[in-house]
Amino acid sequence: MITPEVRQLAPRYDVVVSGAGPAGMAAAVGARERGAERILLIDREREAGGILWQCIHHGFGLHHFGEELTGPEYAERCLRQVTDGGIDVLTDTYVYDISPDRTLTLMSGSHGMRQVRAGAVVLAMGARERTRGAIRIPGERPAGVLTAGLAQKFVNMMGLLPGRRVVILGSGDIGLIMARRLTLEGVEVLGVFEIMPYANGLNRNIVQCLHDFDIPLSLSTTVVDIRGRERVEGVTVAPVDQALRPDMSRAHDIACDTVLLSIGLIPENELSRRIDLRLDPVTSGPVVNSTMETSIGGVFACGNVVHIHDLVDFVSQESLLAGRAAGDYVTGRRPPADNIRLLPGDNVAYCVPHTLSTDREHVVYMRVRKPMEKCTIRFGDVFSVKVRYVFPAEMVNITMKPKFLENFHGDSLRVDVVQR
Amino acid sequence: MLYDVAIVGGGVIGCAIARALSRFRLRVVLLEKECEVGFGTSKSNSGIIHAGHHAAGGTLKGELEWAGNRMWDALHEELDFGFARNGELMLAMAGDQLPVLEHYRRQGIERGVTGLEIWDRERIHREEPAISADVVAALHAATAGVVNPYEVCFSLIESARRNGVALLVDSPVRGIARDGDGTFALQTPGGAVPARFVVNAAGLYSDEVARMVGAGGFSIHPRKGEEYLLDKRLKGLVRNVIFPCPTPQSKGILVIPTYDGTLMVGPTATFVDDKNDRTTSAKGAEEVFAAVRRLVPGISERDCIAEFAGLRAVADGEDFIIGPTAVRGFVNCAGIQSPGLTSAPAIAERIVAILKDEGLAMEPNPEYEPRLRKRVRFAALPMEEQARLAEEDSRFGRIGCRCEQVSEREILDAIHAGARTLDGIKFRTRAGMGRCQGGFCTWRSMQMLSAELGIPMTAITKRGGASWIVCDREEGDAA
Repeated sequence: MITPEVRQLAPRYDVVVSGAGPAGMAAAVGARERGAERILLIDREREAGGILWQCIHHGFGLHHFGEELTGPEYAERCLRQVTDGGIDVLTDTYVYDISPDRTLTLMSGSHGMRQVRAGAVVLAMGARERTRGAIRIPGERPAGVLTAGLAQKFVNMMGLLPGRRVVILGSGDIGLIMARRLTLEGVEVLGVFEIMPYANGLNRNIVQCLHDFDIPLSLSTTVVDIRGRERVEGVTVAPVDQALRPDMSRAHDIACDTVLLSIGLIPENELSRRIDLRLDPVTSGPVVNSTMETSIGGVFACGNVVHIHDLVDFVSQESLLAGRAAGDYVTGRRPPADNIRLLPGDNVAYCVPHTLSTDREHVVYMRVRKPMEKCTIRFGDVFSVKVRYVFPAEMVNITMKPKFLENFHGDSLRVDVVQR
Repeated sequence: MLYDVAIVGGGVIGCAIARALSRFRLRVVLLEKECEVGFGTSKSNSGIIHAGHHAAGGTLKGELEWAGNRMWDALHEELDFGFARNGELMLAMAGDQLPVLEHYRRQGIERGVTGLEIWDRERIHREEPAISADVVAALHAATAGVVNPYEVCFSLIESARRNGVALLVDSPVRGIARDGDGTFALQTPGGAVPARFVVNAAGLYSDEVARMVGAGGFSIHPRKGEEYLLDKRLKGLVRNVIFPCPTPQSKGILVIPTYDGTLMVGPTATFVDDKNDRTTSAKGAEEVFAAVRRLVPGISERDCIAEFAGLRAVADGEDFIIGPTAVRGFVNCAGIQSPGLTSAPAIAERIVAILKDEGLAMEPNPEYEPRLRKRVRFAALPMEEQARLAEEDSRFGRIGCRCEQVSEREILDAIHAGARTLDGIKFRTRAGMGRCQGGFCTWRSMQMLSAELGIPMTAITKRGGASWIVCDREEGDAA
């Protein structure tokens, strides 16, 4: 363990952060920066750091730390900031319940069931992977169908392989990373199949994880059948039409013993639902204002629990902001209220935060619905930016300077991505 | 050892018979082909204790459904599996279905079923606001309930074993020989098992087992049912088991609030040729969701977290086949489809009576203990109780499965109670049954299995046989 154990739990903290992955760690550090004194960072695993420990590949930290790091290196940097900040880290603990008055009920291996009151709460529970049930792949139910993240845990943390002949369904980043990882382990990766006409992972992962290793990527293709009574014996894949309906006349069988699923992440908002936070049906995460505060005052949220990020660096940056706002909240500093609502328009799936204020600079994160080349991102008629291309898989972030909004007097701003 | 009775098949029927026979001073063995009991048809059962008014009069089903229904409270009291009488609503969606409701109400009343009531639309929506506005009327049956069918199997066999019944798993019966003195010898991969009496409770394979001794003359036709489990978020959407008006082929596609609160929708009903065909299909999913949306419009495919299929063991003529055969000492208990689970305790008593008639002497077992120690369902306990347990044993405070809030202690207890596989843990504790479908807890359950059973991770399976989970880096070590 890197972090020291919390011996004594206080009944009251200034800021309690639920989840000690990259989001939670940055939020705790942000709260400390703004003068919150007693900060408790909680995680259900035995060590803080979240999923970073199993991400042993490089490619992290360029934006946030200014150098390229592996996942564990990134986690260690964050954890050092946490311990240097004197933040209490409580691992092996599950946040069981939360009430709107910010009382948290904890279930802990070392402390039993405890309640703590928080001046402010930051929700940073991250996400879970979508499973076979979510997309109802027909066929038998053998062992050997698992999410890419679980496979990553087996390979990188436990030194075990999920199988020897692998088909990957979905082109999410974890699946692409695992295609390369398994190939390096001597596993045969037979192909990545993506139902959409475009890849769902970052372009750099397509190049570095698939192209460099000659792993075929089949777009507009999906798995329509899984065979095997006990262990996976094979799958059938088929191309799909524009309505995503499989064309069975062009289906073919592939013999394999494993199917990895990399079909998306779902924000883990079970706690948010306990206090009826307002959720955005598109992101499945809380609706947040420009300080990452949710629909309940004093409850903040950041990272993948709000919307799915593709780079951990942006998680850290967004979460630092949330933590600072939580710190401000408990030290009595309240920023001016937001006065502009962002409305996703043409080819915009969502924008986070959901509202802005005209008095300061903001970073707006957004995702498009479909790929587009040579386009313009328009914020009403006050501001626009030209981009070479946009992809649903790549989050767009735009810095909004107060000067853009100086002469804007409406209360909502429509965001469109349009062809030039 | 020469057994008095060998039971072939460890589904809910075989397990109920084993436990019923354990009241007597008898040497009883149960032979199960899978690695644990309940891993065949019973595991994918809808888990409904039918109210008693469904099966037609003049059939074994009709007789045993109601008789069985009344036995579940006592059984639950002794064995502590998940069971609740939450009631059933059969919905009429058009005026011409009203006579159907009336038919079932009368059929039930004639049999003595209590608590049957026709509800009008207003009453329905007061009790079940999520039901479609198109509903015309409904027949409410207060005696209906739900159980966790796999837990029933595990509890029955645990109780039977504590009272002296032997269990042989991974033991498919490949043939049955008969000695001159009438003793049966059941051939299994582990050797021959001799027994004076045989009960054929082999489910889908009961026709094949019966043919081994020439007591056949019937066929089992697998009728597949696909079921879809929904996210726990929908807990409480409906409280009763929701039925459409049945057709002659099927009770229809239902909305089932399971004992643990997860909604399940299904099953389909399609005859298949292959007794191993447990595939789900795109067509099945469409059929199920289209059907349940007509009854409860708030249900959507988007809430699906898992799907599975099971096979009903349907005999020619559709009724149960229960009784002695031309081969003295060989008793059939076959064709047990819906309402088989409901009827199981009554079927077991029927088999006890038949064995007595066949000449098996039955002395009470003086050491018979009907009760099992109550198991801890941590997630369902009040918070004060959870706090007390976590204080007592820190392993209660460690949550192994976050989605279903299963403690590590419960997973350990399941392993000590006989779970040998991931499915064994899952179906005893619910660990891995929730919305992440084991994405987070699989490795932890595997580590616990590995430590407790003293086996490497590579030897752990999902449900026995070749269902391995992980392999070593070196080629050739996989199962």
